[in-house]
Amino acid sequence: MPATPSTIAGFTAQGATLDELWRTLTLQAGYNAAIVVLGATLLGIAGGVVGSFIVLRKRALLGDALSHAALPGIAGAFIAATLLGAQGRSLAVLLPGAAAGCVAGVLAVQAIVRWTRLRDDAAIAAVLGVFFGAGIVLLSVIQSMPTGDQGGLASFIYGQTAAMNARDATLIGAVALGSIASVAMLFKEFRLACFDREFAAVQGWPVGAIDLAMTALLVVVTVIGLQAVGLLLIVALLIIPSAAARFWTERLRVMLPLSGAIGGLSAYLGACASALLPHAPTGALIVLVAGAIFAISMTLAPSRGVLASIVRLLRLRVRIAVDHALRAAVERADGARAAQPGRALTLVLRMGGHARVSDGRVELTPRGAERARRVVRAHRLWERYLIEYADAAPSHVDLSADAVEHSLSPALVADLEDALRKRGLPAANGPTNSPHPLDSGQQGGAA
Amino acid sequence: MNSTLHEFVSLDAPPMIAGTLAALCCGLLGNFLVLRRLSLMGDAVAHSVLPGIVVAFLVAGTRASLPMFLGAAASGLIAAALIEVVRRLGRVETGAAMGVVFTVLFALGVLLIERAAARHVDLDADCVLHGQLETLFWFPPEDSSEFWTVRTLAAVPRQVWTLGLMTLITIAFIAALFKELRLAAFDPALASSLGFSAGLMHFALMVMVAAAAVASFEAVGSILVIAMFVCPAATARLLTDRLLPQIVVSAGVAIAAGVGGYLLAAFGPGWIGLPNAVNAAGMMTVVSGVLLAAAAVLGPRHGVLARRRRLARLAVSIAREDLLGLLYRAEELRGPGTAVAQADVRRAIDSGAAARRALRAARRAGEVVHTPNGLRLADSGRARARSLVRSHRLWETYLVKVLGLRPDHVHATAMDLEHVTDAEMARRLAERGGEGMDPHHRPIPPA
Repeated sequence: MPATPSTIAGFTAQGATLDELWRTLTLQAGYNAAIVVLGATLLGIAGGVVGSFIVLRKRALLGDALSHAALPGIAGAFIAATLLGAQGRSLAVLLPGAAAGCVAGVLAVQAIVRWTRLRDDAAIAAVLGVFFGAGIVLLSVIQSMPTGDQGGLASFIYGQTAAMNARDATLIGAVALGSIASVAMLFKEFRLACFDREFAAVQGWPVGAIDLAMTALLVVVTVIGLQAVGLLLIVALLIIPSAAARFWTERLRVMLPLSGAIGGLSAYLGACASALLPHAPTGALIVLVAGAIFAISMTLAPSRGVLASIVRLLRLRVRIAVDHALRAAVERADGARAAQPGRALTLVLRMGGHARVSDGRVELTPRGAERARRVVRAHRLWERYLIEYADAAPSHVDLSADAVEHSLSPALVADLEDALRKRGLPAANGPTNSPHPLDSGQQGGAA
Repeated sequence: MNSTLHEFVSLDAPPMIAGTLAALCCGLLGNFLVLRRLSLMGDAVAHSVLPGIVVAFLVAGTRASLPMFLGAAASGLIAAALIEVVRRLGRVETGAAMGVVFTVLFALGVLLIERAAARHVDLDADCVLHGQLETLFWFPPEDSSEFWTVRTLAAVPRQVWTLGLMTLITIAFIAALFKELRLAAFDPALASSLGFSAGLMHFALMVMVAAAAVASFEAVGSILVIAMFVCPAATARLLTDRLLPQIVVSAGVAIAAGVGGYLLAAFGPGWIGLPNAVNAAGMMTVVSGVLLAAAAVLGPRHGVLARRRRLARLAVSIAREDLLGLLYRAEELRGPGTAVAQADVRRAIDSGAAARRALRAARRAGEVVHTPNGLRLADSGRARARSLVRSHRLWETYLVKVLGLRPDHVHATAMDLEHVTDAEMARRLAERGGEGMDPHHRPIPPA
């Protein structure tokens, strides 16, 4: 591993004080540190924005193949420049080399998918592995060259923000801003190509050119990100922010800025933390911050989040249990042998104002009785509907109605009434009679 | 034993065998990954084992292989499980889920390594990437009678034994569960309905992938592992159509990549006058990539060239039949023996190179003859020409009379179908559509 980046902007701190923390976060910890943090932040925003499109197009790992393919480009450019007697280590040589490698990688993936029977996952994995292997071979060649010193190149693999000077950071920031602006300008085209390629093609949009522009932006962001986070982790800046943003919204117009913001925040916090902590590589920290934001999004997001799903599921379960208990109470009153609700369920019923306990017996409140009436009505209407229209046997409809009664809307219940009335069935406003004997022992779910 | 051979056996054979065994066990398992579109799982697992290796190293305090192996296998499995969690609970697409999980784990590993390096712990990420193939050696006794003793064999590098064992386990795994793996790869739903769990097979496969990746790491590094999980299987997939031959071919490709890659890396630079060997693991991946590219281009059935050739042959045979049809129609208009000027023929069956080759083929087969006025149908070509025109007009009649298409809309369709109509099809067309005159009032030639 290259030298640790603890010396960024003169920091050799063993532990950061609050003052240092504040100064770093507010970009007052020296010109160079401020520029590096700003450059990284802009890079994070650009990665989040541009990466959204590959994630939405389900080609997330294309970015991984692309960044690994940069290595042979970098090493090749270094060798070529050194053989020609130029300074191989300058960015002016290495970045075009990296871009050439990326483009070759993308073309190879596309050629494999287009011309062979292999799927895109195999194409991406093969290109990634083989190009990276070729890069490693070239690095070992460089190591044995008389002028060779691959130390500077290794920083491209793992990223080393500390090696970034103010000029590099400015370049990164400017290019990042440029790519964000390009996305803003081409927003409509990208959205079309992302969600409905065939429609876009039929409408006469140059889908091929749009794809090309999207890939070009991807290459640009990857190349400028190499130095900051390294080619092994740059793909994280493309994937994680947009995958996290996707949890919060269903709209691209919201997702893009959000993804950019998550990317920017991750890069900003990661770069600051790396400036403050000794022996903490920037790239890894940025990715870990982004990963934490992803985990938070996946857990807490309001509608697509895991907690929200669990809560939804639990509420549905409780609703079903309450419905079944209420219906059981009505059926008990009609003389059926239905079970009494258990203790937990009784508590839920009392908290919902559906039941009260008097003399150790659970009885329905008016509110509970009203809901019970509605549930029983939906249940029996559905049973009659199944018997009349689906030719189901009366003894077979109870369980099916058990599952459906909770999701019948008032409008649907009214429709059922109308349909049954047309067949001349008594469907007065009160609870209908059960079409099957209640004591058949087939009581669903009330326990 | 002469000294060259002795040098080869001590310095070259151990790394070559270790690399080849690693390629073999990863390549064999890769068959199922490629079929199940999980090629990138190798990539994901290969990146994700880093934190496990580091933690195991920090806990155990040694570079002994058992703790490292356990740590790496544990984190590989955790990665596979996390990917499933993110994919299922977060409803994130597979590629993005892999990207999120493995980059975060890899970043964690890089961070841990940097923190460890601060405490002067000798471990770096490079050895995980590049492997340490070149450090394997074995000094067999000069006297070949002692060659197979326990003491001598125990001196063979541990990695060779580990990988040999892993390869045997892999072969046993595939042999024992071949039927189940095949079914789970091609039709998971059928597998589940037949009573063995596709989910369990997935888990077993992931365990094997993690184990193979970990066993290979120490010797060959993660680059070779990623490439070997996909390249041999993908190459074999391009050359075969059945699973068993595919597995056998993939094993051959893996061995060729291992042996060929090592020889090229160790001796190749010498052939072109470079002093040092290049990275062997990298070279093995390059060889596997070259083999994949060769299969994609040259494969006998699915290769790009073979497909081109098939298409070209089809184009020639269609152009040749069109030529015969054209000359037959000219005879109909202007009597037997009518010649058509070559320029007119070219214009009529306009398909460039295919037309020229069709002309040459028809002349060589004696179906057409050159006259001063142009081309004329020879007697031997007339029968084929007549049956072709017959097919064309039968189709036109059928399309108009039976399918009710308009007479001026059927010519192009008949042009396409006439080339794929055999005698039996023509007989049935005549039954349905009738003989006599076609919709354009031309006679349908008798069979």
